[in-house]
Amino acid sequence: MSLSNKHLLGLYGVPREDIQLILDTATTFREVLERPIKKVPTLQGKTIVNLFYENSTRTRISFELAQKRLSADTINFSTSVSSTKKGETFKDTVRNIEAMKVDMIVVRHQSAGVPHYLTRISKANIINAGDGLHEHPTQGLLDMYSIREKFGRLEGLNVCLVGDIAHSRVALSNIFGLKTMGANVSVCGPATMIPYGIQSLGIKVYQNINEAISKNNVLNVLRIQLERNAGERIPSLREYHRYFGITAERLEKYNKDILILHPGPINRGVELSSEVADGPYQIILDQVTNGVAVRMAVLYLLGTMH
Amino acid sequence: MKIVLKNVHLLNPEQNLNRKCDLLIENGIITKIGSLKESEVKDAAVHNFEDKYCVPGLFDMHVHLREPGREDEETVVTGSDAAAAGGFTGIACMPNTEPAIDSAEVVRFIKEQSQNHLVEVYPIGAATLKRKGEALSPMYELFEAGVVGFSDDGVSIKTAAILRHAMEYAGMFNVPIIEHCEDESLANGVMNEGINSTLLGMPPIPALAEDLIVMRDIMMAEFTGSKIHIAHISSKKAVELVRQAKKKGIKITAEVTPHHFTLTDDSIKTFDTNFKMNPPLRTREDVNAVIEGLKDGTIDCIASDHAPHSIEEKEMEFIYAPNGIVGLETQLGLALTELVHKKHLTIEELVMKLSINPRKILNLPVPIFSEGQPANLTIIDPDIVWTADISKFKSKSKNSPFDKRLLTGKSIAVISKNKMFYEDKFINLNI
Ligand SMILES: [Zn+2]
Repeated sequence: MSLSNKHLLGLYGVPREDIQLILDTATTFREVLERPIKKVPTLQGKTIVNLFYENSTRTRISFELAQKRLSADTINFSTSVSSTKKGETFKDTVRNIEAMKVDMIVVRHQSAGVPHYLTRISKANIINAGDGLHEHPTQGLLDMYSIREKFGRLEGLNVCLVGDIAHSRVALSNIFGLKTMGANVSVCGPATMIPYGIQSLGIKVYQNINEAISKNNVLNVLRIQLERNAGERIPSLREYHRYFGITAERLEKYNKDILILHPGPINRGVELSSEVADGPYQIILDQVTNGVAVRMAVLYLLGTMH
Repeated sequence: MKIVLKNVHLLNPEQNLNRKCDLLIENGIITKIGSLKESEVKDAAVHNFEDKYCVPGLFDMHVHLREPGREDEETVVTGSDAAAAGGFTGIACMPNTEPAIDSAEVVRFIKEQSQNHLVEVYPIGAATLKRKGEALSPMYELFEAGVVGFSDDGVSIKTAAILRHAMEYAGMFNVPIIEHCEDESLANGVMNEGINSTLLGMPPIPALAEDLIVMRDIMMAEFTGSKIHIAHISSKKAVELVRQAKKKGIKITAEVTPHHFTLTDDSIKTFDTNFKMNPPLRTREDVNAVIEGLKDGTIDCIASDHAPHSIEEKEMEFIYAPNGIVGLETQLGLALTELVHKKHLTIEELVMKLSINPRKILNLPVPIFSEGQPANLTIIDPDIVWTADISKFKSKSKNSPFDKRLLTGKSIAVISKNKMFYEDKFINLNI
């Protein structure tokens, strides 16, 4: 069994069999992570570059750990300075890295489409670790993995993404992946945070959080990103919390069986109350562990393709 | 030098002229129209242009030359070369140079650069100093130095108050204000807002950003009685607004670019920055609306918005790449392919939109075919099938989404200012 594409650029258009294969492979690696010696020699001799143009300690560490567990050689290239200001063009940077004979590039960038552009100028396998507000496929995969782990399936589940959908790559990857796997996907958030025409993708839009809670099996609660000018679209964090925040009170009243996901880092008291962030409904730390297993699966499947 | 254009299909809607004949040109002046005798043809350079149209020299009223300031991307001369190769004998150049065209000195400099070129270059003056939207440029002085319109292109004239003053002032010499219509506060994205921007997670620019300024400008044109010209119109609503304004008798004209009547925002799915422009490529519905606008006369002319950018700058990450494409050398081919061959416009209508109307908007004389008049013409082969090839472009920059595109019809020669551009060469007719 192998994947149908040598890159993981996003979950848009990725066939069901591929997602299934990644999730199943991740299950195997998840077991490896429980062993006393958590390392397998699968990618020995492979060189992977983590090319991060945007600060993201969590994603980078998760990828790095996955690479180490697979015995790959890892190089980190991180900068938060955009190529426009750096003097060296993005293309030149990539050509330099390419000249060092790397096998895979994991890339995070502020601009949508950078991973796609990389596939045109590099021979390496490209893994998108987040491009602008476009996709973050490994996050989508680890969210699906975590949901599947709890429910034993994805098909037929009602999953709602809550928050700033218009400015979230996590939302898009979840939407594309979950729909392919047969889940019923909806979104909930203030009207200013819902992207144009999302309904035309067959996605229900809730503007009442209580209704979203009562109608869904899973809420994937997104971080309100002040660095993405969320402040222009909501009056205040306080108001957001009051009308869209997930609180224990709401969950108890509207749906005691709900599962809460959050991609982290959490703004406590904004999208989640502390009680929920630490409470019985959420699986936030499981998501972090699963993230390593899912990334191991992706790296392994792409790194051993012929 | 005598040259003969044999068997041309002479077409000039301005003169109601539509006939097959020969043209004798001596030292750049048309000396005979009709069928020429052997004796008249001898010792002349004879070009047989059977089945080719001979039309008034084409004119592009929206070109960005990068001189002064970014001569590495385009100069007055290389841009004029590209214009000649694309079939144009005249262009108007936008003032967003460095420094901007906001002083008579820069106007004179550009005119000097183009003095000996076949292509006539008419500068557009900045409406406000440094195009900042704060104070009027020396408009009268610019007008005297030879500008044919005023614009802060790249952005809209910033406030309604300064627009009002610019329009009232320009009204004194009956020169149009050319507006790039975009509400700045709504336009901090990189592609059209629509289902594609949602799917691609790209910061969007709604068509509303264009429509609002078009509406403001229409009201200002009505209020001041001065002339407004809407540059690169791209949205369905904006076309409708212009249509209604024209019905009311407001002095408004509009242009559309070939990319806005050819491409949609589906192209952005490739993340190729050559599809990044401003206004952004819009939807199929908008494309159909601008074509409808061209057909019913709401849109007066076609202009390229020729915007050269260096490879290093254009080949950047999508959100950082600059807007715009080079267009002079594909414009006529696209217009013939997309509009004439698809039966949206007749060839006469195309000549109106690519030659006669832009000149009229800018108060420039329209070339006339009659004995004693200087020859200012373009020879068009409407049926030749060719492939656009950026490596052969005369423009210094190569940022085109139309590379390798198959087109039907192109210019094969232009004559103006006693010079001819033919078979990739400039020929001086004054010898
Ligand atoms: Zn413009």
